[in-house]
Amino acid sequence: MTRIPFSALLGIAATALFFLSAIFADLIAPYGMAEIVGGVWEPMSAKHWLGTDAIGRDLLSRIIFGGRTTIYVATMATILSFTLGSVLGFTAATIGGWVDQLLSRGVDLLMAIPSLILALVVLSVMPVTLTMLILVMGILDSTRVFRLSRAVAVDIAVMDFVEAARLRGEGTRWIIFREILPNALSPLVAELGLRFIFAVLFISTLSFLGLGVQPPLADWGGIVKENKEGLVYGVAAALVPAITIAVLAISVNLVADWVLNRTTSLKGGRGG
Amino acid sequence: MLRHPVLILVAQRIALGILLLLAVSALIFAGTQLLPGDVAQAILGQSATPTALANLRAQLGLDDPAYIRYFNWLWGILHGDLGTALTNGQDIATSLGKRFGNTIFLAFWAAIIAVPTAIILGLVAARYAGRWPDKLISGITLATISLPEFVVGYIAMYFLAVKWRLFPSVSMVFDGMSVGERLHAIALPILVLVLVVLAHMMRMTRAAILNVMQSAYIETAELKGLRPANIIVRHAFPNAIAPVVNVVMLNLAYLVVGVVVVEVVFVYPGMGQYLVDHVAKRDVPVVQACGLIFAAVYIGLNILADVISILANPRLRHPK
Repeated sequence: MTRIPFSALLGIAATALFFLSAIFADLIAPYGMAEIVGGVWEPMSAKHWLGTDAIGRDLLSRIIFGGRTTIYVATMATILSFTLGSVLGFTAATIGGWVDQLLSRGVDLLMAIPSLILALVVLSVMPVTLTMLILVMGILDSTRVFRLSRAVAVDIAVMDFVEAARLRGEGTRWIIFREILPNALSPLVAELGLRFIFAVLFISTLSFLGLGVQPPLADWGGIVKENKEGLVYGVAAALVPAITIAVLAISVNLVADWVLNRTTSLKGGRGG
Repeated sequence: MLRHPVLILVAQRIALGILLLLAVSALIFAGTQLLPGDVAQAILGQSATPTALANLRAQLGLDDPAYIRYFNWLWGILHGDLGTALTNGQDIATSLGKRFGNTIFLAFWAAIIAVPTAIILGLVAARYAGRWPDKLISGITLATISLPEFVVGYIAMYFLAVKWRLFPSVSMVFDGMSVGERLHAIALPILVLVLVVLAHMMRMTRAAILNVMQSAYIETAELKGLRPANIIVRHAFPNAIAPVVNVVMLNLAYLVVGVVVVEVVFVYPGMGQYLVDHVAKRDVPVVQACGLIFAAVYIGLNILADVISILANPRLRHPK
């Protein structure tokens, strides 16, 4: 067991803290999510650690509950994009032929448009609910997972043990889940952190634009939007959720960097 | 002349791009038309009367089959007719014209500043690889990658516009402003866009240079006793141009996304803000038109990147 570097420890601790506060939001938040408890934009005090927001709700409680929404949506979207992307990517690599062509060209097409633009186009006609946001984000992001897992699986699919499994007469499902998946896991795990950050930034951006999580439900991008008018008067309330987004992203990045370094040194490098 | 391999490659790339654009237009159209949500219902809301729904469906041509509507839409766009907005009944092309210009103005200046800065910082980081200037630049880029555009935007607005009063917090532009006044008005959005695309371009420049630095001819140059800065600029950089150009173009294409958010943050009257407004209002024709234009710019820049790297490859210059 190699020693875990300090930066990775810090990242793990901070990420764990974010997830714990998201899970136990009800227990640790001092006030309710949409409870109006004070004046507009009160400064920080012992009663309201981070002050109050644009309509007098406790900002700390908003941020804790907002973290729950943001982290929930981002986690679900990441799980969806990984399941969808890796299964399709492995399938394309294992079966090859027209299945591979069809899936790969479809992914090329989806990636020819920036995800944000495509998401906006879809959200202009679909009802904006949490499930819809998770679906849209998960499907759009699965294209990147598809490319990575297909690239990794193409290398594995030509190895002798896969050939042996084929000759034994194993089905496609066995080959994908029992032969390829275990060997493709480490580069995929390293990618997991990056996709999660991307999902956090994406849902925050959508909510900030008013097209993501809908009020009164709190989420970090939405809290920035709710408090942005305050900035002009020198009220920094909008910067607090902005900073939490950044801290979460940096913590996950530190962990992902460490995992990436570990897996590349173990595997003897995957690209420089 | 047409048999020249470079021309054939370039022509192939452009043809492929046009094909892709056609497919993308179908995708955007399908995204708004074929999904289970009913457009007329979505516009009018749940409380709409059946007559109102029927009228709107007829007005939108929703009674025709989807492929006929698609070709009508495409035909209109090819003739410069982007349709009319549902919300105010205005011609979309007219409303878009000035906003498109504003967006291009913003993106242009962001690119003019970001590209040379990124390349110079990348060269500096490669020159001092592993030492403090490199680590400092890497640290700052890690931070900017972890921040969404709107966060960078509000941090800049809070300190530079509200606390220190250097720039206006809201980017108002109107007719009759000189270029200097305009640039002052959009200084903050430019700054934010530069920061957002700088990190990636710089990291890739650094990586491309360090890659070339391992070649034998660089070692020769070192053994000749050339100064490190000279080696990087004269010997390493020319061979790193192709990957650098590619990354630069990808990031210019990424500006397309950045611009949407930054325009909303600074209330800049560009195409991004127009798009976001009309997504919220569920104004489908406007969303389709804006989406297609953004996608076209994005694809266009990607084609340009490929064409430039084809041209930058000296092996293709002289037909065998």
